[in-house]
Amino acid sequence: MTIAAERFSTTLRVEEACCAHCGLPVPAGLIEPSAEHQFCCAGCDAVFQTLHSCGLEAYYRLRELGDVAPRAARPTESAFQSFDSPTFHGLYVQERPDGLCCADLALEGITCAACVWLVERLPRVLDGVIEARLSLREATVRVTWDRRKLPLSRVGQALDRLGYTPHPARDELAREIHRREARRRMIHLGVAGAIMGNTMLLALALYAGSYGQMEEQYRMFFRWLSAGLASISLAWPGSTFFRSAWAALRMRTTNLDVPISLALLVGGVAGLVNVVLNRGEIYFDSLTVLTFLLLVGRFIQYRQQRWADDAVGLLFNLTPSSCRVVRGDEVIEVPVEALHERDVIEVRAGELFPADGVVREGKSTVNQALLTGESMPTPILAGDSVHAGAQNVGSVVRVVVEKIGRDTRVGKLVGLIERGVLEKPKIQQFADRVGGIFTVVVSIIAAAVFAFWCRHSLALAIDHTVALLIVTCPCVLGLATPLALAMAIGGLARRDILVKSGAALERLSGRGRLMLDKTGTLTEGRLRMIEWVGDESWKPLVNEIERNSNHPVGRALFEATPGVAGILPPPVLRGRVGERAVEGRGRATEPPPQPSPGIPGEGENAVRDVIERGDGGLSAVWQKKDIFIGSPIFVSRKGITPSQSINEAIERFENSGLTAIVLAVAGQTVAAAGLGDRVRHDSRRSVQVLRQSGWQPQILSGDAREVAKKVAEQVGIDDAAARGALSPEQKLSIVTERKTKDVTVMVGDGVNDAAALAAADVGIAVHGGAEASLSAADVYIARPGLEPLVELVHTSRRTMRVIRRNLAVSLGYNVLAAAAAAAGWMTPLHAAILMPISSVSVLALTVVGIAGRRGTRFFSKQERVGV
Amino acid sequence: MTVLFVILPIAIVMAGAGVAAFFWAVHRGQFDDLDTPRYRALFDDVEEPTGGIRRMKSER
Repeated sequence: MTIAAERFSTTLRVEEACCAHCGLPVPAGLIEPSAEHQFCCAGCDAVFQTLHSCGLEAYYRLRELGDVAPRAARPTESAFQSFDSPTFHGLYVQERPDGLCCADLALEGITCAACVWLVERLPRVLDGVIEARLSLREATVRVTWDRRKLPLSRVGQALDRLGYTPHPARDELAREIHRREARRRMIHLGVAGAIMGNTMLLALALYAGSYGQMEEQYRMFFRWLSAGLASISLAWPGSTFFRSAWAALRMRTTNLDVPISLALLVGGVAGLVNVVLNRGEIYFDSLTVLTFLLLVGRFIQYRQQRWADDAVGLLFNLTPSSCRVVRGDEVIEVPVEALHERDVIEVRAGELFPADGVVREGKSTVNQALLTGESMPTPILAGDSVHAGAQNVGSVVRVVVEKIGRDTRVGKLVGLIERGVLEKPKIQQFADRVGGIFTVVVSIIAAAVFAFWCRHSLALAIDHTVALLIVTCPCVLGLATPLALAMAIGGLARRDILVKSGAALERLSGRGRLMLDKTGTLTEGRLRMIEWVGDESWKPLVNEIERNSNHPVGRALFEATPGVAGILPPPVLRGRVGERAVEGRGRATEPPPQPSPGIPGEGENAVRDVIERGDGGLSAVWQKKDIFIGSPIFVSRKGITPSQSINEAIERFENSGLTAIVLAVAGQTVAAAGLGDRVRHDSRRSVQVLRQSGWQPQILSGDAREVAKKVAEQVGIDDAAARGALSPEQKLSIVTERKTKDVTVMVGDGVNDAAALAAADVGIAVHGGAEASLSAADVYIARPGLEPLVELVHTSRRTMRVIRRNLAVSLGYNVLAAAAAAAGWMTPLHAAILMPISSVSVLALTVVGIAGRRGTRFFSKQERVGV
Repeated sequence: MTVLFVILPIAIVMAGAGVAAFFWAVHRGQFDDLDTPRYRALFDDVEEPTGGIRRMKSER
């Protein structure tokens, strides 16, 4: 039994039920008081059963070891037929000489060490699988299996049933390029490290020799050897800095690599000349240490950024790559690229429309929240047009394709996004700005020192200037800045906040305008029951009737009402699972037709003949009485006049932008429910905290103006700062109008926000966002709510504080060292001692400053869960 | 002490051999995944699964 399940069984309070598989709260409608384990959705239940039947319970124990955000399992229960097609094998499967096959599969839901264990147990639980190796970073498993024993679709099904839906790892080319880049950096690091070690050994002998007697021939030999080794280090791994500095200079800008390159170049050339002429000092030990340390900093940052990039890239992979085309009598799966205009496609409940088109058969409801920002799903009938990217939430429909690819509404928006990215102003990074100032200051001091010592002797002047340039090399900044950024980005990634660049962190540490999208960002982006008027005891009946409904209204009612029997609902549609609805404020204003509604169940009490009417409601029969649940119009069309209290409730709901639903039993209205897109529980608090830290929050919504104002009022944003009914183009123009030098941050989730996300100084895509918004954003928050945004802003502030403090400390060291060098007291030995000390102290400050408080969550647990 | 002229180059050649071995390991992909292997050590004392995943009931 998991910890979550144990807590449940000891306190057995309905409000505290946590899913036995994922640990998320269980919606009230899904609680089964008699069952041993509670589940937040059918997916978690199925995975839990699979794990127990295979003896894989150790997964739960392993998972407790890590600090991982809970995530509901969503097996698709697909048969993965496409995995067996010859096209699939041609593209993604490699056949080995020994007859076994090998394929890379990207997995959804990989989070922690327990996932590694579970996925790699695959050969034990599925006969015919030889090996499964998971890469945690790429969330990709390499499966080796015997195709004579089982087809790949069985492997796909097994992974799906363990809770990890597999997809073909499509971006093989991109991954190969990144792998090469990572290997190249690794080799540079190895070479620089080996040379550093050997040069230091030689230098040690030289330093020791300079105090004792060292024969001239050996001294010469050691100096030549050091020169040879250091030349390799500077010319091969060190070329990274020279290239970067040269590129910056050609663009007439500077970066941190300019002063670094200056020090390496001057030090290297002066050292070589001194070796050849057999005079003066050599600094090869310090130079090779410099090269190595700087490369280490860069390597860490590169790895951390790739991690964030990989994680976002993985989300792209998860969008459907195939769709069902109707050819004659059969329906076949084809890749989206193979779709043509005038094809007829079948789109099932929960799937996304792959193209723009017109409905030919069937009726359903579509959720366009990600496309337009409208929070209410729209009903569609034959003849209505649908757009690519919208989600079909009702039932199966057949659609005649009219526009595909770039011609679709989404495709046109992608064009806008690309323009936004191009027009985005490039802001020079902090370290590079400092690098520019550094170069100027160091050059001036170097010139002054050279001029001063020239009066004594030219050789002395050169020696002192070289010493100055080497000791003032901003090594500490070059190492500590990437390390600080990498640590911050890594810490955020562990909290499901994926930052694509260090520059985004820098800009978030400032203050400025904060544009918030409404649907899905401030609100939950899905329909929920907000209020209930009528006797509480009617709720189980509603629950029973709506049990099998696929309509968003039906799902919202079902999840918000307590159930009675131990029947599990069908798999929940794609949506956010696990956030609990507010309990309705029951007010028994009038006596129900029966003294007590009783509990629907078996026999006499069974609910019969549930029919979805399709015109705004559904009907059923219970205890021989006709039941209607639906919109006020639907109910009055059945000849039922609402009672006065219900009428008042309906009016109140409609005035506050909610959808009213009425329950009528035996010709009388007994209850009304108000449904709407609820404001997230943490929105108000987050907006308040963000305002206190200097951001001016505004709402940009594609939804109606009144709804936007209403939400603004609820989260505490001025009426004037809430704008509704905005098109994507209008959002874009608001974001780009720059009144001051303030930073503009855009937070959104939909395709309609994507262009604005791309154009903003920092674009932040939030949980559940559309693919287009992910590609346009600098940051992706994979956790619902605005609390992660607060966390992000505070982490960026802290990081920049650490970086500035590093700058101050290293400048202090540099001033001392520069003064010593200018006075002529700096010897190679002093430089060799000073450099590691300054590096270590600044690195220690960085690690303490960032890692020391990594675990702090900004809100209390109550505020996070919304109790 | 003239032996230094022989020993030092030998030492450097040996270090070069080490670096070459490192190149080989990198190109074999041994450093491609630096995140997962550290967890595998944790799994040694975890009990192995007992059952198998059964075939799906409704194979469409």
